[in-house]
Parts: sequence; structure tokens; C-alpha cells
Amino acid sequence: MSEQSDTGPFAFSAADEVLAKAIVAKYPAGRQQSAVMPLLDLAQRRLDGRLSQAAIEYVAQYLGMPRIRVMEVVSFYTMYNTGPVGRHLVQVCTTTPCWLRGSDAIVAACEAHLGVTCGETTADGAFTLREVECLGACVNAPMMQIGDDYYEDLDPQSVVRVLKALGQGEAPPAGSQSGRQTSAPAGGPTTLTTLGSPGVAGE
Amino acid sequence: MLADQDRIFTNLYGVHDWRLPAARARGDWDGTKALLEKGQDWIIAEMKASGLRGRGGAGFPTGLKWSFMPKTSDGRPSYLVVNADEGEPGTCKDRDMMRHDPHKLVEGCLIAGFAMRAVAAYIYIRGEFYREAEVLQGAIDEAYEAGLIGRNACGSGYDFDIFLHRGAGAYICGEETALIESLEGKKGQPRLKPPFPANVGVWGCPTTVNNVESIAVAPTILRRGAAWFSGIGRPNNTGTKVFCISGHVERPCNVEEAMGIPLRELVEKYAGGVRGGWDNLLAVIPGGSSVPVIPKSICDGVLMDFDSLKAEKTGLGTAAVIVMDKSTDIVKAIARLSKFYKHESCGQCTPCREGTGWMWRVMERLVKGQADVAEIDLLLDVTYEVEGHTICALGDAAAWPIQGLIRHFRPEIERRIEQYKSARAA
Repeated sequence: MSEQSDTGPFAFSAADEVLAKAIVAKYPAGRQQSAVMPLLDLAQRRLDGRLSQAAIEYVAQYLGMPRIRVMEVVSFYTMYNTGPVGRHLVQVCTTTPCWLRGSDAIVAACEAHLGVTCGETTADGAFTLREVECLGACVNAPMMQIGDDYYEDLDPQSVVRVLKALGQGEAPPAGSQSGRQTSAPAGGPTTLTTLGSPGVAGE
Repeated sequence: MLADQDRIFTNLYGVHDWRLPAARARGDWDGTKALLEKGQDWIIAEMKASGLRGRGGAGFPTGLKWSFMPKTSDGRPSYLVVNADEGEPGTCKDRDMMRHDPHKLVEGCLIAGFAMRAVAAYIYIRGEFYREAEVLQGAIDEAYEAGLIGRNACGSGYDFDIFLHRGAGAYICGEETALIESLEGKKGQPRLKPPFPANVGVWGCPTTVNNVESIAVAPTILRRGAAWFSGIGRPNNTGTKVFCISGHVERPCNVEEAMGIPLRELVEKYAGGVRGGWDNLLAVIPGGSSVPVIPKSICDGVLMDFDSLKAEKTGLGTAAVIVMDKSTDIVKAIARLSKFYKHESCGQCTPCREGTGWMWRVMERLVKGQADVAEIDLLLDVTYEVEGHTICALGDAAAWPIQGLIRHFRPEIERRIEQYKSARAA
């Protein structure tokens, strides 16, 4: 997967070309460089999560940017990958709010279940494990991001449950793993309870 | 206690649907055209009178900020940029507003953009908030479809576009000029000011950058009136605020309350109290990772607003309350923040690039007590060398948590050093 994407040629498909044009059109005429981040993201999604040199070159040419300016962007932001990435990118937050709620045990559970340490990819290419900085879901700590989804209110058992399910090709539900309503306190909201049910679809 | 009727984010927890019909049933987009018809000057005067101070951390008066934008164009278009790059550790409020109440932000963009004579808003959302971006884009699409934004927005005769721009992982892009650089397709490295964004912002055009919450509360403030908003809280610290309560509490949560609510009441009423009871409290970081930690003795009586927290040498910041009970290794908790700032320094300014790494390494030794007592003052001195000597406030943000730790927990640091020394001697 990753070997090929690192060496093969790259071009947007016809469908992606339409998407790319719409992205560039968001920005004022002559300011197409602003589209570099979304176009890199689009390319990376087509390459199983890893940008190839060919893709970087392609985006540079597409936007009329020097290749080094695109490389600067690729290397500055954490979400662009130039190294191998597993099918599931598991990113465990360990910044202080998550750490206070036991992120050490979450990292340990991931490492034990996957048999890799942070920064590594499993031998079968299924999982890459990473330690990351604050993902902005602190009242649902500890948490991790897998792909585009947040898994929150974790404990070692729920971590293993999620990873197992993904390993078996299932799509475990994202969000709180302790069953709470998003960022409301456990047990249910203690505010916004006297308004009836405003804004329920169809009302 | 703030009454539910006075809460702005009535779908904060996503119990209800976020889509347009439901948002309208909650009062969004109600009479927007009439608000616009009152004119730019009225909107800005009303925002000023409301006392709203920016909700992204710095607390600059929002109406005043809007008034800095040019009233007549010199040929350049003006832009509103919304800072949705939420990433200050402890903070997760904008996320809820965008995934559960996105139409408040979309409507706020139109009203704020109109007030500052902008042609478009760019909402810069952190890249990791992929699902939130999906919802927000859905709300933007709905608003276009319904004629609420775009050409002749709300039938007002005003043309206004809203675009969503996803970041790609960089805390520094929450700094407004770094965000602008990033939006231009560059590395997110802050710009020197002046020129200020209101003069030269994105693509060289007049730009105002506002936090999500500052923009999302604007429509409700204008509908209910400045006097309603300014009647909540205390003078100079008005209105409602979404607080994020994380760490060692029984039930971590987000909640919208009045500015100036006592910290203890906030924690006990909404988050189920400190684990093991209030007397088990060690310390609180009251406004996101950048603001100095305060010990229980201050937490006992402090109010949650700009001026009260400033008087205690800390800050309201993003109103992210990180609670630490007595089981906490407080030195390690702060050292972890030092690691965060080292990771997030953009490397442009030497005091920050070198200082954040240096401070982190010393902090890691202090965790173990592997240091000399004199190094505490040396570290403190270095924090003052970093603070105020960098282009942006990330250097300050890296310095303040350490200053807070030394101010309030120096005996604990000294104890570890003594312990390490005697263990080595033995």
C-alpha cells in the first residue's frame, strides 16, 4: 500500500478534479495558494493516508506553487503523513486534561493490544499508533482519534473493544464509550431541562 | 444560577437536531433581516453596549474590534475570519457550538460580517474536527439553500459568502496572524504587528478575526438586547459563558453559566464536585493551559471572570477549568504542559524555540527532584526572558504555567529536590 503510493505517479481523478476546482473557487482569484491545505488533504485521502512525493509535486503544479512551499506546509502540520500509515491511524491524546483522567493507561492498553509502541505500525499494516497533543475534547477525557472519529470517555476495556472491532472490519460507534450524552455531565444534562424539546426535527 | 431561558446555546449537548428547521424552532434566523436593516452603526453600538469581550482568551471588547474595520473601502474587500482552531488544552466549547448549534455561528457570521462591511467569512476549523466540519458545512449549505446567506442574504440586499477552511494540525494557528498565514496556504507562523489585521489581514485586506463563541452569541445579543446581556455577570465581565470543566471532578462537562459564577459553585453544581470532595482539591487551572495554576486557597473564593481571575494573577482565558485533586503530581501536570508548548512552538522566535525546550527539560528534572534548588529561580528567570520577547503570545503561554507553579508550589519542588538528594546520599 504505502510503498506503491510513495513511488507511483499521481493525478486527481475526474471526480476529484471537480472537488479540487470547487475548493480553489472558495478563495479569491489569484489566491489559489490558499487551497494547498485542502488539496493536500484530498490527495492524502486518495493515497491511504500518506502523501507521496508525486502527490506533493502534483499539488504544487496544480496551484502554481514552488514545490518547496508545498513541502513547507506538509512538514509544518501534523496531519500530513509522509511515512507509512496503517489503515487505522490511532491517535491517543496525552496532554494534561487527558493525562489527569488516565491517558497513561489508555496508551498502555493500545500498546498491549496492538503489540506496538507509539509511533509504530502493526506488521499487518492495520494500525498505526501515535501519541498526540490536545484534540479538544477535554471534558470527555481520556480520548483518542481514529481516522476521522473521536472515541471518548475511554477506559482500557473500551479501548480494546474499539480496537478489536476495527480489527475485525467492524465500525464501532464513535463518541462517548461510557454512554453519556456528548459533553453533558454523566447521568444526563442538568441544564437546558426546562425548555421542553425545542427544535426537534419536524416540529 | 442562570435560568435556562437566559442560555444562548440551547442545544449545547446535541439532544436536539442541528439542522435548519430545528435551529429555527430554537429561535435562530428569527428576524435577521430586520436586524441588518438597523444598520452597521446600530449593530456595533449594541455589541459595545452588551459588554461582550472576546471569548477566545484575550477578552478584547468585540464591538470595539468590529469598529476598527474600514467604513469605506479603498478598493480592497474586507473579511471576517472565524477562529475555530480550538486547541487550548482544557477547551472544547467551540466544538459543541459547531456540531450542535451551527446555525448560531452561521447567522453570527452574516451579522458580524455585515457590521464590518465584509464580503465574506472564512471559518478556520481545526483539521481534527472532521465530523464537526461536516455538520458546519451542512449548516452553511442549508443557509445558502434557504437564501439566508449568499446573494441578497435574508433579502437584505447584502451579498455575503461563508467558506469553511480546515486546518491540518497546528496549535499555533489559533494565534490570529498565524491563522491568517495558514489561510493563505503557508506555514502557520505569526506575523509581526503592526500592521494589525484590521488594516492588513488575509490576502493583504482588512480582516477581523473572532472566536467562534464571540460570533455565535451575537445574534441572540442583538435580538434580546444589549441590556439583557450586560445585565448578566458583573460590570466589565458581562454575559453568559460556556465553561469546560475537566480533570478530577465527578462529572466533567461543558455548561453555559453567568460570567462571574464562583469557581466552587461551578464545579460543585455542574460537575458533581471535586473527586473526594472540595477539601480534596489541590489546584485548578481556571482558563485553559496557558493561564497560571491557582491553589485551593484561591479557588475557595474566586469568581470566574476576567477581572477576578486577573486579580489573582491568573486569567479567564478560554474558561476551561482543569481541576486537580490531591492525588495529582502537580509538577508533572505542569511539565506535561511544558512539553505541549515545546511541541507547538513554531520555531520562528529564538526565545520561544529554544526556551520552550529548555524549560521543558528543566521541568522534567524537577518532576524527579533531579536539580539544584538554585535552578528554580534560574527557571523562573528564564520564563521572564521568554515572556514578552516573542512575536506572539505562545512564549507567554509557555512561561505562565511554570510561573504559576513556582508561585504557589515552590515548597513541593524544593521537597522533591531534597528527597532526591537524600536518596542519592543514602
